[in-house]
Amino acid sequence: MGLFEDTVIILGSQVVFFFGGWIFFVKQLFKDYEVHHTLVQLIFSITFALSCTLFELIIFEILGYLDSDSRYLHWFIALYCILFMTIGLIPFYIGYNVISNLRLGTGGQRGLSILVWFMYLYMFWKVGDPFPIVSPRHGTFSMEQAVSRVGVIGVTVMALLSGFGAVNYPYTSMALFIRPVKESDIQGVERKLSQTLDMILIKKRRLTLNSRSNKPSSGGFWNWNILSRSDRMDFHVLRDEISSLEELSRHLFLEIVELRNMQERAEWSRTWKGIYFNFLGYFFSLYCLWKIFICTVNIVLDRVGRVDPVTRGLEICVHWMGLEIDVRFWSQHVSFILVGCIVLTSIRGLLLTLTKFFYAISSSKSSNIIVLVLAQIMGMYFVSSVLLMRMNMPSEYRIIITQVLGDLQFSFYHRWFDVIFLVSALSSILFLFLAHKQTPTAHLA
Amino acid sequence: MTNYDKVKIVVVGDSGVGKTSAVHLICFNKPLSSPSWTVGVSLEVKLHDYKAGTPQQKPYFIELWDIGGSSSHRNSRSTFFNGVNGVILVHDLGNRKSEANLRKWLKEIFTSKEKDNNHGLGGGGGTSSSHSYMGGDDDDFDPEQFVGSTQIPVFVIGTKQDSLSDGNRLPVHSRASVIAEECGAEEIFMNCLDVKSLSPGSTAAVKICRFFDKVVERRFHREQQQFNSFYDRRKIYPQSTKSYGDDFF
Repeated sequence: MGLFEDTVIILGSQVVFFFGGWIFFVKQLFKDYEVHHTLVQLIFSITFALSCTLFELIIFEILGYLDSDSRYLHWFIALYCILFMTIGLIPFYIGYNVISNLRLGTGGQRGLSILVWFMYLYMFWKVGDPFPIVSPRHGTFSMEQAVSRVGVIGVTVMALLSGFGAVNYPYTSMALFIRPVKESDIQGVERKLSQTLDMILIKKRRLTLNSRSNKPSSGGFWNWNILSRSDRMDFHVLRDEISSLEELSRHLFLEIVELRNMQERAEWSRTWKGIYFNFLGYFFSLYCLWKIFICTVNIVLDRVGRVDPVTRGLEICVHWMGLEIDVRFWSQHVSFILVGCIVLTSIRGLLLTLTKFFYAISSSKSSNIIVLVLAQIMGMYFVSSVLLMRMNMPSEYRIIITQVLGDLQFSFYHRWFDVIFLVSALSSILFLFLAHKQTPTAHLA
Repeated sequence: MTNYDKVKIVVVGDSGVGKTSAVHLICFNKPLSSPSWTVGVSLEVKLHDYKAGTPQQKPYFIELWDIGGSSSHRNSRSTFFNGVNGVILVHDLGNRKSEANLRKWLKEIFTSKEKDNNHGLGGGGGTSSSHSYMGGDDDDFDPEQFVGSTQIPVFVIGTKQDSLSDGNRLPVHSRASVIAEECGAEEIFMNCLDVKSLSPGSTAAVKICRFFDKVVERRFHREQQQFNSFYDRRKIYPQSTKSYGDDFF
């Protein structure tokens, strides 16, 4: 297969990924907002398409599909494009949007954004300094410099998300943590809430009547004095009472929300899906504990695993279990499946997390900016997951990553991932423990 | 303290469209300086003169229940819809999806009223044919049926009118929202930060007054209508500000 056909195949798949990203944007992310700037949508979809291309090229590498030269070329192109987007285009556009939102005058918006962009570049450069990631052999503006820094940020994000996810998943799906909520509890709180609201209404009615009866007496200074101090004091006292009642009503409402959420979780855990997830939750918590243990061991003993799990697994099969298998043949297929699973779950996981995040913090004004930030995080995330994936593949497939990404200190990234994962997992355990104790349902357990 | 009668109107719409600012402007004729997200419900009371300018003028308390629109609180909102006498739908003129979502809001109100009718708590007439709307697709929901079967007056407000007149979007005056036409509801466009949107005598202020009158009438004078078979003068007259014509007998 020549270069031309390979290019056509890659471009075709990129178009498919582009449309996938577009549809995700329209149907999931922006489902409550109208799109005013199509550029934002374009940027998001292009970043998504480029990231998926990187993964696709890894899979092709394992399968040995397409010419190795054309693979190499496309790697370079995709990597350059992603770096251009995450370091150049997206931060500039974010800065431009933020500045136009702040409405600092119509003049120097573009100039100000360029200034902000230079500040961003400077900070980006400084990120790399405390880490031993680049050896002095490389030039100042080489691709390794850029990739290494993007890798650091991306690995941090990955480790934070994995740490939190590994702890949060068992917590939400295991029935151990779900407390039963009786309907009478909820009704009790609802009754309190409606009583509070009734009191607020009574006081507001009184306030309205007072202010209405005060108005016609605009006859002058006389009337205002006669109008009595007691009325004005009444006014302030009423105002204070009303605001404290409103605070109480908000608190009660949030309590009701919490109770109903717990009730829905309890109902869900009784469905088939819930039972299945509960079962998985036990496995997952074991895996999480094991991972925390291994990370600690790695850090304390200062070791980095040299053999990937595929080869290790096959070795175990051959030596300990005495199975006669063709290692070369199986290693290719198993690593293909493993890498494929990792790729799919990480894409899906990231998109779901982004969606949840977006719903939680966006509003109609800031939605564009948040989407751009998410696109940037997505680009960095995928670049660094390519970096880390090198660990999971047998050595003959690692070559292309090493060739393309340059001679980075890969072991550093794994160590960094372990550290951040540990920190994130432990702090989420602490956080969830405290939150669990504080909820309104704490008295039920 | 005088005991005027009261009616309850809920103000619903997506999060961030400007319900709290709109309610503040209606009640106090002053723009809200620092709006923050509404958690749960925020209550305001306005004293409204029913049939102002006529001998039958009578003040009523209008309770405006401004309900917070975040979707994560959906499961706890149903208690607020008990005993609703009127609905104000608010959407953002700069965001067409918020208008499309108004259907979902009507459906939410409607299904919670249905549950009330089944438990025998609420008033109003829910017919048995309305059961098909529970749990159905959003597209199956017909706002006309809603208004017909529950007889609750609906009013639509389009906010952030200032964001539309930037020159590069659709002209404001030409399109009424689809949902307003379907429910037979009046609609106004306003800019909640501008006092002039609701200055007395402007079209918007007149429409709001008429809406409040309609709510009061449906709530109170329909019951009197049942006892009043001879002088059935208080029919739902067509939307006209010339109300003095009927009353010279």
